[in-house]
Amino acid sequence: MSARDLSTGFLPIVLVVALLALVPLFVTSNTILNFLVFTLIIALAAQGWNLLAGYGGQFSFGHAAFFGTGAYAAAILQVNLGVNAYVAFLVGIGLGALVGFVIGYLSFRSGLKGSYFALVTLAFAEVLRILANSAGFTGGAAGILIPLDVSAWNFQFESRGAYYWVALALVAAVLVLNRAIERARFGAQLVAVRENEAAARALGVDALSVKLKAIALSGAITAAAGGLYAQYFLYLDALIAYGPWISIEALLAPIVGGLGTVFGPLVGALALHGLSEASKLFVGEIPGIDLVIFGAVLILVVAFAPDGVMGVIGRVRRRLGGVSAKTSPASAAAPAPAPAPTREETPA
Amino acid sequence: MTILRVENVTKRFGGLVAVDDASLSVTPGSITGLIGPNGAGKTTLFTVISGFAAPTTGRVLFEERDITRVEAHERARMGIARTFQIVQPFATLSVVENIAVGAFLRHAARADALEEARRVAAEVGLTPMLDQPAKALTVAGRKRLELARALATGPRLLLLDEVLAGLNPSEIRDMIPVIRAIRARGVTILIVEHVMQAVMSLCDDIYVLAQGKLIAQGPPARIARDPHVVEAYLGHGAAQRLQAKAGQIGEAAHAERA
Repeated sequence: MSARDLSTGFLPIVLVVALLALVPLFVTSNTILNFLVFTLIIALAAQGWNLLAGYGGQFSFGHAAFFGTGAYAAAILQVNLGVNAYVAFLVGIGLGALVGFVIGYLSFRSGLKGSYFALVTLAFAEVLRILANSAGFTGGAAGILIPLDVSAWNFQFESRGAYYWVALALVAAVLVLNRAIERARFGAQLVAVRENEAAARALGVDALSVKLKAIALSGAITAAAGGLYAQYFLYLDALIAYGPWISIEALLAPIVGGLGTVFGPLVGALALHGLSEASKLFVGEIPGIDLVIFGAVLILVVAFAPDGVMGVIGRVRRRLGGVSAKTSPASAAAPAPAPAPTREETPA
Repeated sequence: MTILRVENVTKRFGGLVAVDDASLSVTPGSITGLIGPNGAGKTTLFTVISGFAAPTTGRVLFEERDITRVEAHERARMGIARTFQIVQPFATLSVVENIAVGAFLRHAARADALEEARRVAAEVGLTPMLDQPAKALTVAGRKRLELARALATGPRLLLLDEVLAGLNPSEIRDMIPVIRAIRARGVTILIVEHVMQAVMSLCDDIYVLAQGKLIAQGPPARIARDPHVVEAYLGHGAAQRLQAKAGQIGEAAHAERA
């Protein structure tokens, strides 16, 4: 394995996930585990958003449309139709992809970009929220309750640790998927469309098809987060499932963590929710304080670190890397910084 | 046999006729020039050929296939590549990644695409800049990058839109052999260009567009003397005045000698 793979390969994913997987062995506090499960669900939703917006440059303001679809599918299929929880979860993911494809087809086909695309996605999510709030089979305004019936067969677990591992496994799967996409033709084309759609088309990239694939995949991932949410909290209403809160969570985490990076959504979700929990500890329970903090963090990030936490980490590493490369050029055992070895690979 | 044929293409923007009944054909293996004064409709005709705009009427044929309604990315797949007059790099990507996007068209695996990108980079002289971000390149570097990306798609017909514009004389001198070498590899080139010396030295065949209409066609030497072309560039009556002046000078020289 060349040293370049340390920054663009799968090893960091394995390390981070392995480390996170150990947490429930040491942390027994239900409050902390609860916080972590919720944060991982947000991270998963954010990973979906990041694929479409971070890599593809199509900024959605309505990822609630996918989250809610995944959540409602999981709940309705179980409660109203008696479908197995795992099947319902998978169907929800499929429906999330379908909703993504439909929204994408309607908006990308007609050439919607930038803020117009963002507004249309917001509208779709709001329409779904209103429909879910008034329809009968969604439980209407009263919401829908998945009966508590703890058994692994029902995708319901006694311990929060089990939920944590399930959530982490899903996040890990998307980390791997993201990395694989980054290294594949599809990833290169997706980024090319983000950077300059006309130039991409001139190079034979079918921009419409690339964007449709991205939004379907993005919808599927965020729907998985919705399904997991339903499974964990066992209660949904229209405002939870299709409310703007999750659209905002899904975009805040990657922006703070690092747009278009594999770890961005996870890092961003942990940072934001860690901060808001910590602030509750220090400031006490002031309603809405977490949102105030989110807003402040967002402004700070956009102003001072537009490439997010991952960008800052990258810069620091490059700086440290430059120093260590000079002082110890032969230290092959140490995880060498990325930029120096890349030069070796290229025939100068 | 032609690789590209444009038949009676007209492109209207509302009341403005940007290209008026233009027909041209490009011989395989040639470098064909498309020149004309500012606003003549060269770039419009170019966008019609590359599939970024549909003609109002008329047809475009590539290797005798009608491609008038074929989308731009499909044309790239068929073997037509274009560059942009205003360079369009993928700014946050490195030079090699930029070129690899083009190479991915014919190479599914990342390693193959990157290898092809490095090969093409060497061909246009970008090897020292491979790992730089595209936005760090100079204008000359960006023009080369445009060329490299287009080449990486493995085209049979390369459409170059003013790749020499904005370069200084020495940069132009460096670029001309690169374009010649591409043709020597068997890639047919249609070039829209303002830099007259370059056009004259590069092209086998030249079309002149003025006010949307094709007014002349032929080898460079003939085009340079064509009175319609001189008029299009220098204004009505210019050819006559020039000729008269040349005549006077000729007479004066004659008288002196006598």
